[in-house]
Amino acid sequence: MFAKPIKDDAKDKVGTTGHSWDGIEELNNPLPRWWLWTFYLCILFALGYTIAYPAWPLIHGATPGVLGASTRADVEKDIQHFDALNAPIKAKLVAADLTAIEGDDALKAYALAAGKSLFATNCAPCHGAGAAGVQGLGYPNLLDNDWLYGGAIDAIHTTITHGVRNTVDPDARNVGIYMPAWSDKATGPLADMATAKLTGEQIGQVVNYVLKISGQAADEGKATAGAAIFTENCVACHGEGGIGNRDLGAPNLTDAIWLYGGDETTLTATLTAGRGGVMPSWGYAAAGSSARLTEADIRAVAVYVHSLGGGE
Amino acid sequence: MAFLDKHKIIEKNASILLVLSLLVVLIGGLVQIVPLFYLQNTIENVQGMRPYTPLELAGRNIYIREGCYVCHSQMIRPMRDEVERYGHYSLAAESMYDHPFQWGSKRTGPDLARVGGKYSNAWHVDHLSNPEAIVPESVMPKYAYLATTELSPEYIGDVMATHRMVGVPYTNDEIANAKADFVAQDTPDGDTTGLLGRYGPKVTVADFDGKPGVSEMDALVAYLQMLGTLVDFSTFTPDASR
Repeated sequence: MFAKPIKDDAKDKVGTTGHSWDGIEELNNPLPRWWLWTFYLCILFALGYTIAYPAWPLIHGATPGVLGASTRADVEKDIQHFDALNAPIKAKLVAADLTAIEGDDALKAYALAAGKSLFATNCAPCHGAGAAGVQGLGYPNLLDNDWLYGGAIDAIHTTITHGVRNTVDPDARNVGIYMPAWSDKATGPLADMATAKLTGEQIGQVVNYVLKISGQAADEGKATAGAAIFTENCVACHGEGGIGNRDLGAPNLTDAIWLYGGDETTLTATLTAGRGGVMPSWGYAAAGSSARLTEADIRAVAVYVHSLGGGE
Repeated sequence: MAFLDKHKIIEKNASILLVLSLLVVLIGGLVQIVPLFYLQNTIENVQGMRPYTPLELAGRNIYIREGCYVCHSQMIRPMRDEVERYGHYSLAAESMYDHPFQWGSKRTGPDLARVGGKYSNAWHVDHLSNPEAIVPESVMPKYAYLATTELSPEYIGDVMATHRMVGVPYTNDEIANAKADFVAQDTPDGDTTGLLGRYGPKVTVADFDGKPGVSEMDALVAYLQMLGTLVDFSTFTPDASR
């Protein structure tokens, strides 16, 4: 009546498990022994792991594990290890006279290496990976010998420690001192600082005067008129003849180095709307927080920056 | 093996199989999730944590909208190299008011967990507007349009109320004054006593983008400038058993 079923070799060889559903039988093909034992060993390993390491949640906390593993303790140990290695030279760096650091070969080598990596994380975003700053946006170039607040090692150290015009550090440089907005149309705090309200024409005259003293092509007539306005309003910060004043961070206007740009358009914008770059404080700990860099770190960065080429 | 034979009953009844499978999954889930709610040491007590101010919260929403988290994490892991570079490793408590949290290890850009106060406001504005102008090697996209997009405080109170529903302890007073606080934080020469009274004296008040009005840039920079600045680590003693 039915065709003879195809002979099932496998069934003869291994037999069935005895499970049969609707006539479909399950062959008895157990997992290979090596696989099964690996599986059991993995379960054993997992159980051992939960005993060795923090694992099971209980009422008052998780089981801590017999090995006492803690990533926090590990990182603490790691940091302490390197702190201990660096402690003697850091102590020496902090104790040394700022001007004497570069005379001590061991100190200088350490400060340059530490300063370089600290500069890369903390300073490079503004001053550039190569410390060339960003011309035109007001991020100073640290490679040249033009310094707003001085390029001697102690001046650099002070600038890094307290920063410039930040709202955090009361010892920051130039707190409340800005390049005012001179335009008679300007409003806001920078306009309130101006000792005079200058019209667009007057600003043009001052711009031409600045162009002249910086050795660029300028309209003589306007420059002469601008000189009078400059003497009246600008010399207080920028000094007689625009040579700058490091006590006030006022740039020298007679050289070819510009923070925001020395062309007519940029100078007009600077005079019209004012300027006031901000640098964070790296050594000041506000109430309820800690300083970003330690004194040893700041000294290392100061030595590094001082060594870049423009150091005085 | 009489007990194992009973398995046949489960395999033959789909409904019983479904119910029992659900039970197994439930137990697995409960064991993993429930302890986090009652174990004392999942969140440690730290000084200084506060909910976000309305402006910071708006900035945080822009941060999430723009997908900043795709490249930037906000989680400093307990490893020496990270701690040396970014600062103290992150604590769970520092994300207690984050919905959603911004943890991760995918760092196309640097970790931002402690970026607050590291750069000036002007730097953030310059950098967000055109990252390559300041960091030539940067691959970050430009976000200049944030500075020209006005941000209305109209719905910020509702956002805060929503956050309260998921556990952020905003008070009625804070929600009622949300719009005023939103504007006050961007107005340094205005009256900020209300804002500072509600959120504490450490709130940074500044005209973040240097332009009148509150733009999306203001909000985002306000948020970035507070990241990681809340907890006072000078008084923090880590519990090594975590």
